[in-house]
Amino acid sequence: MYTTEMQKTATIVSTEDPDKLAAFEARVAADEFIEPKDWMPEAYRRTLTRQISQHAHSEIVGMLPEGNWITRAPSLRRKAILLAKVQDEAGHGLYLYSAAETLGTSRTEMIEALHSGKAKYSTIFNYPTLTWADIGAIGWLVDGAAIMNQVPLQRTSYGPYARAMVRVCKEESFHQRQGYEIMMHLSAGTANQVRMAQDALNRWWWPSLMMFGPPDADSPNTAQSMRWRIKRDTNDDLRQRFVDITVPQAEALGLKVPDADLAWNEAKGGYDFGAVDWEEFYAVVKGEGPVARERMKARRDAWEEGAWVREAAAAYAEKHARKAEAA
Amino acid sequence: MNKDWPLWEVFVRAKGGMSHRHVGSVHAPDAEIALRHARDTYTRRMEGVSLWVVPSASITASDPADDAANFDPAQDKIYRHPTFYDIPDDVKHI
Repeated sequence: MYTTEMQKTATIVSTEDPDKLAAFEARVAADEFIEPKDWMPEAYRRTLTRQISQHAHSEIVGMLPEGNWITRAPSLRRKAILLAKVQDEAGHGLYLYSAAETLGTSRTEMIEALHSGKAKYSTIFNYPTLTWADIGAIGWLVDGAAIMNQVPLQRTSYGPYARAMVRVCKEESFHQRQGYEIMMHLSAGTANQVRMAQDALNRWWWPSLMMFGPPDADSPNTAQSMRWRIKRDTNDDLRQRFVDITVPQAEALGLKVPDADLAWNEAKGGYDFGAVDWEEFYAVVKGEGPVARERMKARRDAWEEGAWVREAAAAYAEKHARKAEAA
Repeated sequence: MNKDWPLWEVFVRAKGGMSHRHVGSVHAPDAEIALRHARDTYTRRMEGVSLWVVPSASITASDPADDAANFDPAQDKIYRHPTFYDIPDDVKHI
């Protein structure tokens, strides 16, 4: 799904070899890929580790709001599709953890950082999924916003991250289309179903716009991240692009985007839209979302309850390695 | 448990006749579970007909610091390529 860059670092003062730094900057500026064994500035390594691990955590936590609906999906077809989607999210998390590990942080360290609350994940998953229409809205809007962000990351400067994003993007399109299809069925259904679809759009619209992160003016590291090709577009540019393509999709469903200020602006060839409530965003980042505590408890429980399986598998492997050695 | 399972590199053969190609990595306690994880993680959409898993620790990689010494000498040996040689157009099958 998606990451939001949230934990900002202060201004970076480099004490590194200026020649190496200059050579690195030149390679990145020439759109070359940086690979794990290449020299890289510490700040690049740190920023990437944070960004990729947050992204991985978002994929993993992102399974929870949807997994919640697998048993209640309205048909066998929908169950099979939702199960496949949730499994994809697990896969995306794994690709990304692997990419982050190549920067020198272990899987266990990353998972512990998530469970202790030290690491962040996308705020979007701290909203509850109240009805079946939410599963449609998530696929359509949340995965749609994720795609908008991830497509440019296929050309990000760090090779393992770029390759993980290529795989993720290939798989993500199905997520968005299955969500939109759910919305199509509901908005062509009974009055109650239409109401349900509209209600889901009302609740997911603004959190989806927040997924692109704070406005550029409040995103001090954007310039550095763009120079390093860790980020390829600014938050506001991506948000605008998302609004421009999504509004007509809502119209095709006969649903109304919950924004009184939304209006087509002929001069800029895009929509003007209302102000995002950033107070809410920062509250949710801090873990004050309606279900933040529930999400982390579910993660920790799954991890702790699975501990004996991991330990048994490790013990079994060790026993067989010993036997092989003795033989 | 605060130690990761060992890391394995995963290679997939997309279809018969092609070589296995590196696609990513998985953690697993042994080769058998590494194969299962690789199957679930990297072949959910008919990406392959065969899998290899190799302990990452068994791979020896060249050092990027030696790139110039390793790979630059090939640059001035363009005579290794067929287009280096000028052959008249009327000479056929060569």
